[in-house]
Amino acid sequence: MTATRPARQRVALDVDDLYGIDELLTPDERLVRNTVRAFLGDRALPAIAEHFEQGTFPRELVGGLAELGLLGMHLHGYGCAGASAVAYGVACEELEACDSGLRSFVSVQGSLAMSAIHFFGSEAQKERFLPELAAGRAIGCFALTEPDAGSDPAVMRTRARRDDGDWVINGTKMWITNGSIADVAVVWAATDEGIRAFLVERSARDFSTRDIHDKLSLRASVTSELAFDSVRVSDEARLPEATSLGAALACLNEARYGIAWGAMGAARSCFDTALAYSRERHAFGKPIAAFQMTQQKLVDMATAIVQGRLMAHRLGTLKDAGGLHPVQVSVAKRANVRAALDVARTSRTILGANGLTLQYPVSRHMANLETVLTYEGTEEVHTLIVGRALTGLDAFS
Amino acid sequence: MKVVVCVKQIPDPNTPGQLDPSTHYLKRDGVEVVLDPGDEFGVEAGLQLVEKHGGEVTVVSMGPERGLDAVRKALAMGAHKGVLITDDQLRGSDALTTARVLAAAIGREGFDVVIAATESTDGYTGVVPQAIAELLDVPAVTFATSLEYDGSLLHVRRQTEAGHDLVEAPLPAVVSVTAGVNEPRYPSLKGIMGAKTKPMDRFNLVDLGLEGAGAASAGETIVAVAAAPQRAAGEIVKDEGDAAKRIADFLAAKKVI
Ligand SMILES: Cc1cc2nc3c(=O)[nH]c(=O)nc-3n(C[C@H](O)[C@H](O)[C@H](O)COP(=O)(O)OP(=O)(O)OC[C@H]3O[C@@H](n4cnc5c(N)ncnc54)[C@H](O)[C@@H]3O)c2cc1C
Repeated sequence: MTATRPARQRVALDVDDLYGIDELLTPDERLVRNTVRAFLGDRALPAIAEHFEQGTFPRELVGGLAELGLLGMHLHGYGCAGASAVAYGVACEELEACDSGLRSFVSVQGSLAMSAIHFFGSEAQKERFLPELAAGRAIGCFALTEPDAGSDPAVMRTRARRDDGDWVINGTKMWITNGSIADVAVVWAATDEGIRAFLVERSARDFSTRDIHDKLSLRASVTSELAFDSVRVSDEARLPEATSLGAALACLNEARYGIAWGAMGAARSCFDTALAYSRERHAFGKPIAAFQMTQQKLVDMATAIVQGRLMAHRLGTLKDAGGLHPVQVSVAKRANVRAALDVARTSRTILGANGLTLQYPVSRHMANLETVLTYEGTEEVHTLIVGRALTGLDAFS
Repeated sequence: MKVVVCVKQIPDPNTPGQLDPSTHYLKRDGVEVVLDPGDEFGVEAGLQLVEKHGGEVTVVSMGPERGLDAVRKALAMGAHKGVLITDDQLRGSDALTTARVLAAAIGREGFDVVIAATESTDGYTGVVPQAIAELLDVPAVTFATSLEYDGSLLHVRRQTEAGHDLVEAPLPAVVSVTAGVNEPRYPSLKGIMGAKTKPMDRFNLVDLGLEGAGAASAGETIVAVAAAPQRAAGEIVKDEGDAAKRIADFLAAKKVI
């Protein structure tokens, strides 16, 4: 008997997108992705390694990033684009595929500084600062961390005290992205009434900044120390709706969301580099991609990227539906940054000695991801957040 | 000023294209498609004209439903209106059929200037703009490397093999632009999000009064396809102290220098 088997549809496999994740994106989101990718490919990628090496931020890109609408893109009104969370995530992925420093600039500007003003500012503050920040005419920073208060910001020493209806701020902030190039700083300080946030402009008297030059990570980004030596600001500089540390955490949650996507961009850049290299590079008479151990590395990395991107996309759809819990952000920030760092390190092994140079993006990403692992809540802190949610037991202190 | 820009959705030119062995057509299914990068120059040229002289840019595309993405990208860049002509019978159309369809849609739309790329980055026939001009019975100014409008005449710098011609044309006219005529803008987020709300017309052959004008009526068939011949290996000049002179002599003999 000759049984005719039903003709089976052969589905083409897209090895660049193993799980068809691009199909989860709307045409608009794909266009956002392609546009950001093209812009960065033309304007940023050619010079990014040089900026990293010199320890300079590519400030020349700010105007272009603003024109694309990427600064505060997820916010509504005041010159902001009002894009979906997924579109914002897609943009972060592309930015970080170029360099974590660029994504950090956009995160700090949009998700930290602008979000703080948008969520907690007065109408006058929003109207004055948000359009300038969205257009890239002004740069913002977000100053929470201090030399002796990182993971535990509640113990901050920066104090603001009332004086004749004004406020006088004293203290030091440390590790502040965009610090010395910022026109306006969102500064968190302890007061007699609890933790508050103040908009301190660059021109404020007795406010000074100093850049941290010896960092080996996120070198294409400005990181500064901010010093407040009895800086006087009016009560109009206080963000009226920010009435506890929870306000700062709400902003951080926005930025962490973008990191969950961004980390996968860095991972993709490393993986693509390693895959291409492994097919070209020969050892023992064949391409190193032909060795089982190399293939195992490649397969593990490709799988981790699929998983991370799926997690980021799900996070985005939850956020767009309005139902995102901060613990879910912690799960994804923690998992995706760790996965990206593992991908970067494994990619580096595939490139051998070449992987250590700035000729390839891999070590640059690897070094950058050490920052990403630590800022916006360290890996350990996110573990404790998720652990507390799972067990109901607080292991923080 | 009413500007119409012709755009096309093509397989991403960054990934090598494949021909269907039975039809000799470029495979368009299951591949990443993009707005033809050459057309971005046309859209930019159109936008610059209306930014200076007022008016609107309409983008016209013939292609499958997926061609919508190309039109959307042009709208996201700033074009005001889109027209997509989709018809199953148009699959595999030749250049003349394409020109007939586009000319019919453009004529219906009305225009002062029609802008197209000199050729598409997938088919490379390079005759559609001229054919449209002929069908619309207006002048065709091709290979523009710059274009300016002074209120009555279009001034075009036209690339030639020897250098360039300066050409003037009254409106209405068809202009084909080369890559490099300008620097196409990136679509902004607001542009992308606003594109959805812009007017979009869709036509098929019946709507355009072109029943039977589809691929079946094409006057052109692809008989055979052959791979381009391998380039002969070049000559490697080993430097024995006189390499510069030998290279210079070689170039002089070829009349390059
Ligand atoms: C390049 C760069 C840019 C930055 N940009 C900014 C910015 O713009 N604004 C800003 O405010 N900050 C910024 N930061 C600071 C960053 O957020 C902090 O570094 C981070 O919060 C960690 O604080 P810390 O470095 O003081 O480490 P610490 O808090 O001292 O932590 C040291 C180690 O102890 C661990 N640890 C702490 N508590 C616990 C616990 N309960 N259980 C287990 N382990 C624990 C931590 O996980 C970590 O491994 C930036 C940092 C870098 C490197």
